[in-house]
Amino acid sequence: MTAAATELRAQQDRGRRAAQNREKWAQGRTYISAAVILIWCLAPAYWMVVTAFREVGFTYDTSILPSHVTLDNFNTAFDTSFGNHFGQALLNSVFIGVVVTVVSLLIGVFAAYALARLNFRFKFLVLGFILGASMFPGVALITPLFQLFTNIGWMGTYQALIIPNISFVLPLTVYTMTSFFREMPWELEESARVDGCTQGQAFRKVIMPLAAPAIFTTAILAFISSWNEFLIASQLSSDATQPVTVAIASFAGAQPNQIPYTAIMAAGTIVTIPLVILVLVFQRKIVAGLTAGAVK
Amino acid sequence: MATELGPTPVKKPASGGAAPQRAPKKGVGEDNVIASQGKWASWLLAPTILALSVVIVYPIISAIVMSFQADAGLDPATGLFTEGGPAGFSNYVNWIAQQCSAPNGGTVACPPGTLGSQFWSATATTFFFTVVTVALETVLGFWMAMIMARTFKGRSLVRAAVLVPWAIPTAVTAKLWLFIFAFEGIANKLFNTTILWTGSEWPAKWAVIIADVWKTTPFMALLILAGLQMIPAEVYEAAKVDGATAWQRFRMITLPLVRPALMVAILFRTLDALRMFDLPYILTGGANNTTTLSILVINQIRQGFNVAAALSTITFIIIFLVAFIFVRFLGANVVEQQTGASRGKK
Amino acid sequence: MKTRKYLLPVAAAGVLALSLSACGGGGSSSGGGGGNSGGGDAAANMDGRGPITYVQGKDNSNVVRPLIEKWNAAHPNEKVTFKEQTDQADQQHDDLVQNFQAKNANYDVVSVDVVWTAEFAAKGWLQPLKDKMALDTSGMLKPTLDAASYKGTLYAAPESSDGGILYYRKDLVPTPPKTWDEMMSMCSIAKSNNMGCYAGQFSKYEGLTVNASEAINSAGGSVLDKDGKPSLTTDDAKAGLGNLAKAYADGNIPKEAITYKEEESRQAFQDGKLLFLRNWPYVYNLATTEGSSKVKDVLGMTALPGKSGPGASSLGGHSAGMSVYSKNKATALDFMKFLTTEETQKFFATQGSLAPVLTKLYDDKDLVAKLPYLPVLKTSIENAVPRPVTPFYPAVSKAIQDNAYSAIKGEKAVDAALSDMQKSIETQSK
Repeated sequence: MTAAATELRAQQDRGRRAAQNREKWAQGRTYISAAVILIWCLAPAYWMVVTAFREVGFTYDTSILPSHVTLDNFNTAFDTSFGNHFGQALLNSVFIGVVVTVVSLLIGVFAAYALARLNFRFKFLVLGFILGASMFPGVALITPLFQLFTNIGWMGTYQALIIPNISFVLPLTVYTMTSFFREMPWELEESARVDGCTQGQAFRKVIMPLAAPAIFTTAILAFISSWNEFLIASQLSSDATQPVTVAIASFAGAQPNQIPYTAIMAAGTIVTIPLVILVLVFQRKIVAGLTAGAVK
Repeated sequence: MATELGPTPVKKPASGGAAPQRAPKKGVGEDNVIASQGKWASWLLAPTILALSVVIVYPIISAIVMSFQADAGLDPATGLFTEGGPAGFSNYVNWIAQQCSAPNGGTVACPPGTLGSQFWSATATTFFFTVVTVALETVLGFWMAMIMARTFKGRSLVRAAVLVPWAIPTAVTAKLWLFIFAFEGIANKLFNTTILWTGSEWPAKWAVIIADVWKTTPFMALLILAGLQMIPAEVYEAAKVDGATAWQRFRMITLPLVRPALMVAILFRTLDALRMFDLPYILTGGANNTTTLSILVINQIRQGFNVAAALSTITFIIIFLVAFIFVRFLGANVVEQQTGASRGKK
Repeated sequence: MKTRKYLLPVAAAGVLALSLSACGGGGSSSGGGGGNSGGGDAAANMDGRGPITYVQGKDNSNVVRPLIEKWNAAHPNEKVTFKEQTDQADQQHDDLVQNFQAKNANYDVVSVDVVWTAEFAAKGWLQPLKDKMALDTSGMLKPTLDAASYKGTLYAAPESSDGGILYYRKDLVPTPPKTWDEMMSMCSIAKSNNMGCYAGQFSKYEGLTVNASEAINSAGGSVLDKDGKPSLTTDDAKAGLGNLAKAYADGNIPKEAITYKEEESRQAFQDGKLLFLRNWPYVYNLATTEGSSKVKDVLGMTALPGKSGPGASSLGGHSAGMSVYSKNKATALDFMKFLTTEETQKFFATQGSLAPVLTKLYDDKDLVAKLPYLPVLKTSIENAVPRPVTPFYPAVSKAIQDNAYSAIKGEKAVDAALSDMQKSIETQSK
């Protein structure tokens, strides 16, 4: 009897231990996988930062830890004497990004409201049209615009960069905001209307404040997508108006034909850091914005 | 829900007699509601539709018109350029049939070294990149999402880290990988190889693929993760109790339930990959068979607008067809799902 | 009734798009690829005098501003304004096209890359420099004039030049090679020192056009004949491209050279990994001053090797062209003459390290002391051949690059590559 009980207890113990082991093993595997993901995602970015801080003479140094550390590359990146305009390009990117974002939001917020809230015929068609617009390839825009802008003397101007940018940022904002709007507590609007607000007032006084976070997230996404644009800008910008992506892609060195990798990595670091900070701070919101509507 | 008009924190004083006037509307039939909302909707949508017409519809039509015009040619007598005039379908023939105009009239097969001769290889390259990168991103993204869905210490760190590649502009990514894949770069050093990554076809292609997968897998992973999190834990518990193996649970529960989100993610990534430009343009310059359709268009622009317009129209049609097939046959019903899945990259 | 209403804005948008597109259709016929057959009136304003504008890419070494100040001091009624463009060649090109297309009278004198001259001339945008507008070209290096001419007429004033130089290791090569075969025979030296023998720029980009044309020209062939028709199916052309293909196949050109642009090849040479390097004059300063350079004291320079003597370099540089739309062509011509005076050319060389277009300056003692590569460069430029002078330069360059690249890598036989090159140039220069 006691023997049997002891046996039973031992069996239970073994079972528990085995389960614990399995659990531990599973946890271990999770951690290993997580480490692999971390390394895969961060190592190249790490290499960019390490190179950015390396002396130019040791560009191809391959020691994994920082070596020959210097801040010179950041000065070089902003140096205009080799014909680079990185500082100007940063301002251009901010300017273009802000204008595109504001315009897209101003226009897009109404469309998103209509799509999320109102019942009307051809809704399906309108959605399809806007979705189609967001799938539109940039190269299909560039040929006619290149020719048009050449003819009207717009090559290298800000408007030549902003207008095509709106074509792909606007559909994105409409879509993201539409799905945000769908999830908002519209009962409040109803009650506001019962309380005597017109639909317009209800929208302005009740919905807008509630929608602010959604609009903010959409703005970040819109800004990032404009900030990252390269195709249009590479063809239609000039030195004075080019955004950072183009500036970095065509970064020139002290000598003709030289590719100053360390300075490029420094410039890349400067361009990336604010974005990474933005993304990390608003991580939850951005993920929500990216995935909004994909799951419902 | 909408009919529950309980107490609400928002109390707006009734503005004049607006309320009584509006009240009857609610009782009116569906049609009337749609009509009145339709009027509203048309005004709200007008700016967006107008803006998109100007920046998208106009260029499409303009490109189509241009694509039927010939580019200027030389007058052999004076050596000066003369107007091209109408071209019929010859600009399309230049690409699809790869027929270039012969020096003494008529057409010949475009010889290697002309852009026309690259159309089909660029198409093949574009689709190759699309299929391989999207497949890799889906598998890796799925795996990453499954890991991130588990609970473990430092999970939020991992979730934040995957956003880093996504946040780096593609142009910077391309320069970074160009540096990593330099002959004396870290990739060769780390794996103790002496591969000329940008010097021959397959290494160059893989360089582009690796860089693209690095950059865009996070977006895929996050979309799938969002899908995973919609599945209630009880479903798994129940399956476990019924003795389903991990693989069975994955196949019978995870996959079907994530499928809608997954299809949308794949659709967006596919359409994005089909217009891939920045990465190969900066990384390889299109050499060694890494020229995508987008790069081909850009190369053609300075050799003649109108021929380029034909190619950009073809590219547009290809992308449109792929989207159509996805939505029609593969059930990526984006419009109904009303996804806001803004493509992560651009 | 009401249902129709919300369609209105949409319909309006559609109509707008259509009407806009109609405008686009009209405009497209005169597009960039599109012709501008009329051009401007070359005979107009030939006596016009007054203020003009000079348009050039970024003035990085600050040579243009002081020159213009000097000119303005001497010509108070015909002042020159400097319009500075960007650094990027493509952007400079597009900016010029855009302004010519708009018949902008304010782009009087423009700096033109040697490879654009034919295109702009064929579009009717450049004033032919003949008869009343003729320029004194005696004393100028002939290849620089060829590069500025189209169909036998001079369209621009050579402003600066550039040519390829063969750098070699003085410590390992006692007497520099004069011919390609001599150079190849010296590759055993490289082998015994465990280094690569020869490299130029063989990555698939404009630099390969330069290198491949040099190989073909140096072997006695040519890319285009006098009438601008391709002439690549000759034995000489075959020998030229064959030299590169063979050297790559037997390892005298190291495998990684297929990824080299100017900088990578310079780096390899400076690191002591190459015995011979074809590159531009800019390498001299860096290779002799950079801290990490291993060839500081052993850097030798000579002309590119040819078939039986010096080879034929490809020509770089810029020319100054006059817009047919200029209102003050007499002033413009004077300013162009001013750009080519001995004094100006010397200033360009000392201040901006730009190779002069005047033959005599290459023997100038002061200049040679400052730029020791000048004597070698003189040989190089005297024997230089302009890159193909054609209005379809981008297409021709692409045809050369694509096929030369396949041939060097051994993916295609040399004859096949040349015949494809020939055919692609034929189909695209119509």
